[in-house]
Amino acid sequence: MTIDMSQFFQVFFDEADELLAEKEKLLLAVDVSSPDPEDLNAIFRAAHSIKGGASTFGLTDMTEVTHILESLLDKIRKGEMALTSEHVDAFLVAKDILKMQLDGHRLGTPVDQDAVADVRMLLQSLSHDVVPVITTPIATPSFEVGSDTAELKSAFKIEMPDIAQDDASALIAELGLLGAISRLPDEGGKITLHLKTNEGKDDIISICSFILNPDCLTITDESNIDNYADKKTTESEEDLGYGFFEPIENMFPSVSAPEPTQVPLPVSVNSSPIVASTNQTDKKPVIKKEIEKNNLSQESSTIRVGIEKVDQLINLIGELVITQAMLEQRTQELDPITHERLLSSVAHLTRNTRDLQEAVMSIRMMPMDYVFSRFPRMVRDLATKLGKKVEFLTYGASTELDKGLIERIVDPLTHLVRNSIDHGIEMPAIRTQAGKSDTGKLSLSAVHQGGNIVIEVSDDGGGLNREKILDKARQNGLVAPDNMPDADVWQLIFAPGFSTAEIVTDVSGRGVGMDVVKRNITAMGGVVDIRSAHGYGTTITISLPLTLAILDGMSIRLGEEIYILPLGFVVESLQPAKEDVKEVNGKGKVVKVRDEYLSLIPLYQKFALEPKYIEPSDGIVVIVEVDGKKAALFVDDLVGQQQVVVKNIESNYKKIPGISGATILGDGGVALILDVSALLRSVK
Amino acid sequence: MSQTLTEKNSSDTTDITGSEYLAFTLGNEEYGIDILKVQEIRGYEAVTRIANAPDFLKGVINLRGIIVPVVDMRIKFNLGTATYDQFTVVIILNIEGRIVGMVVDSVSDVTTLRPDQVRPAPEMGTTFSTDFLIGLGTLDDRMLILVDIDKLMSSPEMGLVDHVS
Repeated sequence: MTIDMSQFFQVFFDEADELLAEKEKLLLAVDVSSPDPEDLNAIFRAAHSIKGGASTFGLTDMTEVTHILESLLDKIRKGEMALTSEHVDAFLVAKDILKMQLDGHRLGTPVDQDAVADVRMLLQSLSHDVVPVITTPIATPSFEVGSDTAELKSAFKIEMPDIAQDDASALIAELGLLGAISRLPDEGGKITLHLKTNEGKDDIISICSFILNPDCLTITDESNIDNYADKKTTESEEDLGYGFFEPIENMFPSVSAPEPTQVPLPVSVNSSPIVASTNQTDKKPVIKKEIEKNNLSQESSTIRVGIEKVDQLINLIGELVITQAMLEQRTQELDPITHERLLSSVAHLTRNTRDLQEAVMSIRMMPMDYVFSRFPRMVRDLATKLGKKVEFLTYGASTELDKGLIERIVDPLTHLVRNSIDHGIEMPAIRTQAGKSDTGKLSLSAVHQGGNIVIEVSDDGGGLNREKILDKARQNGLVAPDNMPDADVWQLIFAPGFSTAEIVTDVSGRGVGMDVVKRNITAMGGVVDIRSAHGYGTTITISLPLTLAILDGMSIRLGEEIYILPLGFVVESLQPAKEDVKEVNGKGKVVKVRDEYLSLIPLYQKFALEPKYIEPSDGIVVIVEVDGKKAALFVDDLVGQQQVVVKNIESNYKKIPGISGATILGDGGVALILDVSALLRSVK
Repeated sequence: MSQTLTEKNSSDTTDITGSEYLAFTLGNEEYGIDILKVQEIRGYEAVTRIANAPDFLKGVINLRGIIVPVVDMRIKFNLGTATYDQFTVVIILNIEGRIVGMVVDSVSDVTTLRPDQVRPAPEMGTTFSTDFLIGLGTLDDRMLILVDIDKLMSSPEMGLVDHVS
């Protein structure tokens, strides 16, 4: 029997993706001059985890790269090497290479082997090119630790009045049985002994009392102090960096004198001994906490669940809501006095169901951080490439948005951010001339506003040039009067073939125009808006519905059927006067609304239904607008306005022309959602 | 004869060795489909019509939050009269992950047919094209027309799936 490995591969790929993203985030945040040891460790761990995973799955190419990366990181985090910006750059390149290799394994995309070899060489050369961290050199003490003292835990300093030499020798021999003893040089007529033992103070006193009066005895517990001293040596020996403690070598000048009294590492060491390398003497005690342990508890407490499971849950909750609504409806017919308890239970159920629905819907939500986190790197690279200085700020990264939307917003946002850096923010010299700081500011923000999320890309660059846009518009044959309001002028750049590159700056564009951005956002049910002031910068605002799964709809009746019209497209609805409906060339009808003639689309004809009214003046026309084009839909009646949960029809059936989806009504029936843009297109 | 049948079926994805079939009637004919394709059986309820769809596609229903198209086999194959009452049955099929409802006159039982009880379908004489038939199942004096429901439902003839031309 074979095990399906692909599922494990998928888990590894997902994890590696996350780890790489995490690593990049940390690298970008790291302060080269004084890196936070915790960050260095986190970066190291990420590399290590990828290496582990890759080797488990036999992805040797990734293992090799991560191995070199890991050893270099290891040296840095142990303080053997100082972190330099070259390192950070190399690590970022390595991250890209790993990502490429990962995609190569996962998606079969080509892997540039030359680049892989380059980065390996780069990392290797960096790890040999040792940049020592200079601190006060600590002589590496060389001493042997007596094996018999290996387990001794406490140390005592015993002071006693001067006694006969024989007695003293006998006592020292006796105490020697308890552990390791050493006699320090006598001073002030006192004998001072140093004892390391596992026994307690009481045992020492009882032994000494054979020879002298215990009252004359001074026993000081020195265990801790001694350990400090030991640790200091440990540090310099193994570079473990227990730098909590300042070197205290002068405190006990006698400590290291008698050979066997040295105590070995009293504290267990949770890091592997360092590879004996070049610069044994040049080490710096780095503050190192028990990071390994801390981070175990910080392990993210999330679980991976397939999106289809979540969708299934949402479906089931939807059903529950409908059942609950039916139950509520039925019980309302009951006598409230005789059925008081039942009614209050139903009211309770209503509340709980709503809460449950909200909680389940929130599962699909993801923080905007998912999108924002990929920008710092891009901004950094692009700004470096263009020789510009850009400060990148994000606000509201924890704002949540539906997963489906969040994935689709990435491309338009990337385009806008690139535009801002490329065309918006000026070169440092020009900025200084204009009296601005030479570092441009680029900010991304996300905020909830009602049922929408508002995402802004804002820069303090040169702003849009009204005159150039108008000129370009005229060249393209667009109507552009001189007295056009600014807001309308800015909208011109969304016109197809209207490259911002050519008009606003002379830097060449990248093939994807603002029209694509606008189209993508409109497809998500969103709106794009531009604010710009010449010389002060540009702000592009994207307003999106929070989720694609829920839509504000207007329910309309056509014959026996109920259809849902997305409210976003509806301008107004009215009952036209008979004389306002005119026939055009016998082909179709137009309706006159406030001196504007709109083509009339009789929906019953589109859907081959038996309508209640044939004459538009008997029914209702709903004026809809898509991309600035208006039309009048002729329907029988308006039923109401409600939020509907959008269901996919295509999962079990094929695409239905003129229909974008379906929803389930309060009575459990299905209503189809009209595809307004397709309906309008069909008229042309 | 049975030799050729075995050969034919061994190349088929449908393994009919001792398979269980759900028997249902359309007009006077009795049909059988692989029980493993059947998700559930339910009564007929109001459907939402789909504009400009063929007659036999009754519309879509809400099956616990999933939008499911419903086809009436009686209309599609001109068998029996398409009446809808409390006895009308909808067989909900799961065809490779796609859910489809199928209206039939009635559902009778589930029977097990050994391979030797299945005879190849004649070239003519059935409403279905032989492409969609597994064979004819004989059970005492009953005869089941065994339909390859996977093939039938995903065929362009039913028009349930977008076909890439």
